[in-house]
Amino acid sequence: MVERVAIVGVGWYGFRPITPELSYKEIMYEAAVRAYNDAGINPRTDVDSFITVAEDFNEGTSIFDEYTPDQMGAVLRPNETIPGEGLHGLATAYMQIKTGLFDVVVVEAHSKASNIMHPAHIVAYAMDPIYNRPLKVHPSFVAGLEMQRYLFESGATLEQCAQVVVKNRANALLNPLAAHGADLTLNDVLDSEPVAEPLTRLMIAPPADGCIVFVLAAEHVARSLSGTPVWIEGLGWANGSYSLENRDWVDLDYVRLAAEMAYRTAGIRNPRGTLDFVEVDDSYAYKELQHLEALGLCRPGEAGALTEEGATSLDGELPVNPSGGSLGCGHLLDASGLARALECVLQLRGEAGPRQLEDVTFGAALGWRGVPTTAAAMVILSNED
Amino acid sequence: MRTRRVAVVGAGMTKFVRRALETADELSWQASKMALDSCGLTLDDIDCVAVGSAPDAFDGVHMKNEYLSPGSGAWMKPHIRCYVGGGTGVMTPIHGWYHVASGLFDTCLVVCEEKMSSCQPHPQGAFLTIFDHTLERPLGPNLLWIFAMEMNAYMHRYGLTKRDLAQVVVKNRANAKYHPCALLGGDITVEEVLESEAMAWPVQRLDVSPISDGAVAVVLAAEHVAHRVTDKPVWIEGVGWSLETAYWTNRDLSYPLQVEQAARMAYSMAGITEPRKQIHIAEPYDPFDYKELHHLEGLMLADKGKAPEMTALGITRRDGDLPVCPSGGLLGVGNPIAAAGLMKVAELFWQLRGEAGERQVPGNPKRGVAQAWGDLMQVGTVIVMGIA
Repeated sequence: MVERVAIVGVGWYGFRPITPELSYKEIMYEAAVRAYNDAGINPRTDVDSFITVAEDFNEGTSIFDEYTPDQMGAVLRPNETIPGEGLHGLATAYMQIKTGLFDVVVVEAHSKASNIMHPAHIVAYAMDPIYNRPLKVHPSFVAGLEMQRYLFESGATLEQCAQVVVKNRANALLNPLAAHGADLTLNDVLDSEPVAEPLTRLMIAPPADGCIVFVLAAEHVARSLSGTPVWIEGLGWANGSYSLENRDWVDLDYVRLAAEMAYRTAGIRNPRGTLDFVEVDDSYAYKELQHLEALGLCRPGEAGALTEEGATSLDGELPVNPSGGSLGCGHLLDASGLARALECVLQLRGEAGPRQLEDVTFGAALGWRGVPTTAAAMVILSNED
Repeated sequence: MRTRRVAVVGAGMTKFVRRALETADELSWQASKMALDSCGLTLDDIDCVAVGSAPDAFDGVHMKNEYLSPGSGAWMKPHIRCYVGGGTGVMTPIHGWYHVASGLFDTCLVVCEEKMSSCQPHPQGAFLTIFDHTLERPLGPNLLWIFAMEMNAYMHRYGLTKRDLAQVVVKNRANAKYHPCALLGGDITVEEVLESEAMAWPVQRLDVSPISDGAVAVVLAAEHVAHRVTDKPVWIEGVGWSLETAYWTNRDLSYPLQVEQAARMAYSMAGITEPRKQIHIAEPYDPFDYKELHHLEGLMLADKGKAPEMTALGITRRDGDLPVCPSGGLLGVGNPIAAAGLMKVAELFWQLRGEAGERQVPGNPKRGVAQAWGDLMQVGTVIVMGIA
């Protein structure tokens, strides 16, 4: 159990608002080849297990795992699909390596969101079929309800939520991967079309297509490869209440539990003092604020003010979503959490280009499965040997 | 580095029925409660939850594990679902195994649930969407067609007759008579199978397992916890899984190579060098009669093309040299996809502990293998369990 686990290779395709000329198989291939080259491995001989993260309804194909092995170079090898957050896939790979029986494991997640004609219809199928679905609740309405309650409890303002959008989309302008970089003002965000009070159109992360592949390795293998390993220091994931009626709309207990587990496995007692930057889910602008508080990186009700003061911007005290987050990169469905982790890897390797943060050692990524779920996963990474 | 040992310490299952009145979440709760009660644990003792369920299209529920999370005891706990089509039922305990073997958790509740009856008018409708959207879906194929091709390939390769295959149905349904949760236990004859309605030649109605609803749960524990919980832990000795190409039209369908790959991985982990001597009981995946035979060969428990002969000689009967599907299998107990695979793991648990009641295999079996299979005739999942 002493051996550490490292991310030894990353690859991606995208991210783009639409990808008319390529199928999901082709973007998986592009990302996988890039990751294998980055790690310096041959998938057909060097990989012990392959994990893909996908949900049937997002793919429009039942039993989607059928269509994963060929383009990954994984035919007749251990393959499995995790219908979950991308970071659940990362956790699965981590556990396999920690058994001591697997040395190299590959994780893949992708989004072909542009193939989905009516995303809200898909999400509607995630509502409890007996109690919630007959109410015909739109996912943005659930987010609007939660945002309303969050603003009431925390004292955060609409302007502070809008500031998250302005910051993240500006960060995305410095990120060649991002699909939705933009130079916006607070008023652009506040005056955009209302969706579900108090949510406006620009406070919702727009979708994007893309694929991300990670290669994970046990310590002894990681050290034999040429690249810079980024270590997985801690991981955590948890579920809250599924039903809309029974959940606690104020306390994100599932994020808190996931973070507690991640800090515990990483041996971190003072997250605020340890983490140099974080990438957190921002599917909706208020989520970034809510998540920062649930992760214990500031006191409840403080995240809005910190954002307004610029503490979470690229040159701030705790940069949040330097990649541009989902608001700036585009929401990548199940791959969103891996996109957050990808930015952590690039930052910790010093490969983040114009948005590179100085002297970073510890970063963390938080993924959330989206409305209507209460499922979150977190990973803490470092470049410290 | 020595891998942590992981044991199955409890199991529970609902009846497999044609149409359950309970919701999918309620079925999960029933199985979970029975599994926990069987080993005297409560949810407070469970560190994490592993859920398995096959296509979301059956229930029409997106992100199905979130829906199943309350009934599976996942509230306020780490919870990940895994998915490999029909192989899910044996993959999910493997998924639970590495949760515990990694050292991150000491106990794991593994729950597999399937509710096929929600899919109206027939669950085959859900299977229309499993095919490649460009190359295959325009042809409108369904599962029975492709299995008919595989069955044909197997029969043709070894010169087998339908009569050779039909004995599996007779055996498994008779075994299922003694399973309290079985849907189709009973005595039928080879003639009845051969005279049943043709579905997609050579597949006839009685060659196929029934559509069912049901749930199964098992409790996994690390060695130090297992010894506290029970005197009779059943150890997970080996696991293996393998996925073939999606381009099934380019493959030799007469032999399940992916099952062999998965079996080799599991046997090597379990230190098994002579499976026919070292395995005392087998629960291969039997959604169709020929599949039990096919899989016995893939598991290297029979020579290629010789599994029908083994069956004819009575070797695979409950009191034979190698009891195969003593539970009654999918053909007898029922086939709620993911739950059916985990049912086989639960059967090994009960058999190896000597708790299988009227269907107990004689001779104190020490080690068994359970296997599932699925996707486009493409995935093999194998688990070896023992009490040594």
